[in-house]
Amino acid sequence: MKQSFVALFAALAATAAATAPVKADISGAGATFPYPIYAKWADAYKKETNIGLNYQSIGSGGGIKQIEAKTVTFGASDMPLSGEKLEKAGLVQFPTVMGGIVPVVNLDGVKANDLVFDGPTLAKIYLGEIKTWDDPAIKKLNPGVSLPSSAIAVVSRSDGSGTTFVWTNYLSKVSPDFKAKIGSNTSVQFPVGLGAKGNEGVANNVMQTKGSIGYVEYAYAKQNKLANTKLINKDGKAVEPVSSAFQAAAASADWNSAPGMGVVLTDEPGAASWPITNPTFILMHKKAADTAAAKEALKFFEWAYANGGKMAEALDYVPLPDNVVAQIKKSWTEIVGEDNKPIFASN
Amino acid sequence: MSFLTDIEIRQSASPDKRRTVLRTLQKSDVFFRYLTQSSAYFVLALLTAIFGSLIAGGYLAFSTFGVGFLTTEVWNPVTEQFGALAPIYGTIVTSAIAMLIAVPISIGIAVFLTELCPMPLRRPIGIAIELLAGVPSIIYGIWGLFFFAPFLQHYVQPELIAAFEHIPILDNLFAGPPYGIGILTSALILAMMVLPFITAVCRDVFETVPTVLKEAAYGMGWTTREVVKNVVIPYTRVGIIGGVMLGLGRALGETMAVTFVIGNAHRISASILAPGTTISATIANEFTEAVGDLYTSSLIALGLILFFITFVVLALARLMLMRIEKKAGA
Amino acid sequence: MALDRGRYQRRRIRSKITIGLCWAAAGLGLAILGIILTTLLYKGLAGLGINVFTEMTPPPGNDGGLLNAIAGSLIMTVIGVLIGTPIGILAGTYMAEYGRYNKVSSFIRFINDILLSGPSIVTGLFVYELMVRPMGHFSALAGSAALAALVIPTVVRTTENMLLLVPNTLREASSALGLPQSLVIRKVAYKAARAGMITGVLLAIARISGETAPLLFTSLNNQFWSTNLNAPIASLPVVIFQYALSPYEDWQRLAWTGALLITAAVLTLSILARWLGSSRSPQ
Repeated sequence: MKQSFVALFAALAATAAATAPVKADISGAGATFPYPIYAKWADAYKKETNIGLNYQSIGSGGGIKQIEAKTVTFGASDMPLSGEKLEKAGLVQFPTVMGGIVPVVNLDGVKANDLVFDGPTLAKIYLGEIKTWDDPAIKKLNPGVSLPSSAIAVVSRSDGSGTTFVWTNYLSKVSPDFKAKIGSNTSVQFPVGLGAKGNEGVANNVMQTKGSIGYVEYAYAKQNKLANTKLINKDGKAVEPVSSAFQAAAASADWNSAPGMGVVLTDEPGAASWPITNPTFILMHKKAADTAAAKEALKFFEWAYANGGKMAEALDYVPLPDNVVAQIKKSWTEIVGEDNKPIFASN
Repeated sequence: MSFLTDIEIRQSASPDKRRTVLRTLQKSDVFFRYLTQSSAYFVLALLTAIFGSLIAGGYLAFSTFGVGFLTTEVWNPVTEQFGALAPIYGTIVTSAIAMLIAVPISIGIAVFLTELCPMPLRRPIGIAIELLAGVPSIIYGIWGLFFFAPFLQHYVQPELIAAFEHIPILDNLFAGPPYGIGILTSALILAMMVLPFITAVCRDVFETVPTVLKEAAYGMGWTTREVVKNVVIPYTRVGIIGGVMLGLGRALGETMAVTFVIGNAHRISASILAPGTTISATIANEFTEAVGDLYTSSLIALGLILFFITFVVLALARLMLMRIEKKAGA
Repeated sequence: MALDRGRYQRRRIRSKITIGLCWAAAGLGLAILGIILTTLLYKGLAGLGINVFTEMTPPPGNDGGLLNAIAGSLIMTVIGVLIGTPIGILAGTYMAEYGRYNKVSSFIRFINDILLSGPSIVTGLFVYELMVRPMGHFSALAGSAALAALVIPTVVRTTENMLLLVPNTLREASSALGLPQSLVIRKVAYKAARAGMITGVLLAIARISGETAPLLFTSLNNQFWSTNLNAPIASLPVVIFQYALSPYEDWQRLAWTGALLITAAVLTLSILARWLGSSRSPQ
């Protein structure tokens, strides 16, 4: 009995030792915003090259934390890090795709794009100042829609979220009251509502709770057939969240205006612009902890920029224009391996 | 190897080999004793290590905020202001409501199993209740999220809100939009989870009541209710309290079932229909993404507070139950 | 006489009400069990197919299964049990045999019971600080360590209880024949308590099969097949956690099926443990 015990232990140890040095698997963690498209890309990439990308959608806050702790090959965040934070942590930042964040509601008889909201009204809802659906402010924007007198069940994010950052960034821009009382970051203290985990959780909660309102990345609203609303943009026009609206907002982006190309595209001018558009970012260490994994990661992103555009558009994400991609690849020369030579040879 | 097989022992029975055999036996004997002793001390070391790592991890939070950490409601990762009041409040309130609901029902089931149930059904029903204890907590969580919460949202909560709408103090207790999830829902799910544990303990202690006491009472003409109320429960009083506190310890530490249905709002609301948060739900939701040493330290400090609270409750429970076991054994 | 009868009637009615409430309580308990198990069967069986056991966890919108999660759970459970059981058995042996009457043992017993019923998320935090942070990444090993930390208190308790049940006459007889204490324990007491100790291990396995919280920040998750102990690995409870909170129908279906698998495993182990424990009690 004891002999077989020892033998089993030895076998297990041998197996563990044998499987320990494994081909570099790319691991990433972070934003739930781009998760649908990253998952699609990973699946297609694996079919082509048999290299797996293990992406855990734990929220932008999680992505930032895990890359700083070097527990993953890359982190993903919708909130761009400031220049000094990037310097301090020794990180390189670059965008992958752009998308839009939409308000979604769950009301009887209300379908996608039936309701119209504007920034200040949304701010008041999330400040808890507008409490019921038949509030005069909402009625004014939606004459002719019968709104119930029930209370608004507000849904926000409980985890550290880049989506929250962009949402609060927009609301802070359109409502000084919101900016003063709540501010803009990946995790803020909303005075009302419940918190859900990830874009997935918010979508789930809005689906299950009658009379609720939440904010999700557009792919989540589309995939789950949630009723999104129209928004009145900076130019005063009510727009629907479609690819062209996101592209219009992105058209005026100046990618060099922020370190690490960290622009935020909320409340952009343009008659067709969707007011809550943003790019999502990847964070990698300038000095790669695992050279092989970092190289595989960069090869994956190169593949995604070249081949992933159609898949992104199918989910209503906006691929980056070619000149931006070229600029990004140039910035990859900053990423060096143990020998201090750049791991990515741009061709 | 100093461990001998049976064959070696038998074969080494000859006189000149005996000394070596005995010495080896003695060495292996002492070795085994030390092995078991160090394993036992390892258990002690494990608890100390857990406590130690929590204290070390949470030190930053406590030194930054001091005692205020326990009394502040603000939980703002942006301004790096953290206060444990909302999670502590949520943990205590959900557990308290859960106990209020679960304890009478558990005692009722235990009385049923020991006094009222027809004999052939006693074992199967007892096993069924114990099976409830075996269901993993995540099952309660998803069942709660997908079935129980919508059920409460559509049928129960609107009635509660309407019923208490015009009563002065209670209307604040039952106010708010019917989210379906929230403090009350979590408390109900917790009640379902601790029910089998308290029932099991109560049933065990009820069975220790000497039959002669109960028969004497019945013989005097007492009704079942009077026997239970005046004989069984006073006799097993300490055991019941021990079982209740065991259940409470479980409810305080429960993570998965609560995380799904608590609503994750770092706020203290007057209404029990509102969303809230508990310590374990906060840690489960936020730990992997806490950026910054102070944030992480605050979460670990929360874990320390939880561990401390459950430690006190469980220690009291153990002490009480040990007294009952001693009485039963004697 | 009329007054006496009225009072007796009142007492009988009150008793009947109490009895009725007790029946209702039992009915409620059974009803809850019934509802939960029925829901689990209904939703879990809907997604059950051979693909669950042959394909990996998919991205939303694709077909897939739970193979890597099942494998990950099995691997971590096996390692957790392999690490935790010996330590647990040895510790329980000390407390029941060598140190039965000393103060240290009763203190360790006390501590052990607290570890047994304490919040498992704290164990996860502990292993994160101890293993994940220094190692720099999540790993199946860290997950196994967290599970081992949960196995140890369970096995200690059952081992000690089972060994205490072995009558001392057996031990005295073998001592009288000249066996040193360690052999008395290994050859006599263990054999007598074997069924009970195996029950204890089975119960420990049942317990850790359903644990989610300690795995959340030790083994993380992995959408691909992996047997690398030094890397994040999928596990059924964590996958259920992620999938159930998502809005994707196919993920939710897999979550229910996974829940059904876990519950079936846990209940089977519990029933097996009871059967073993009751059918072969030590003489």
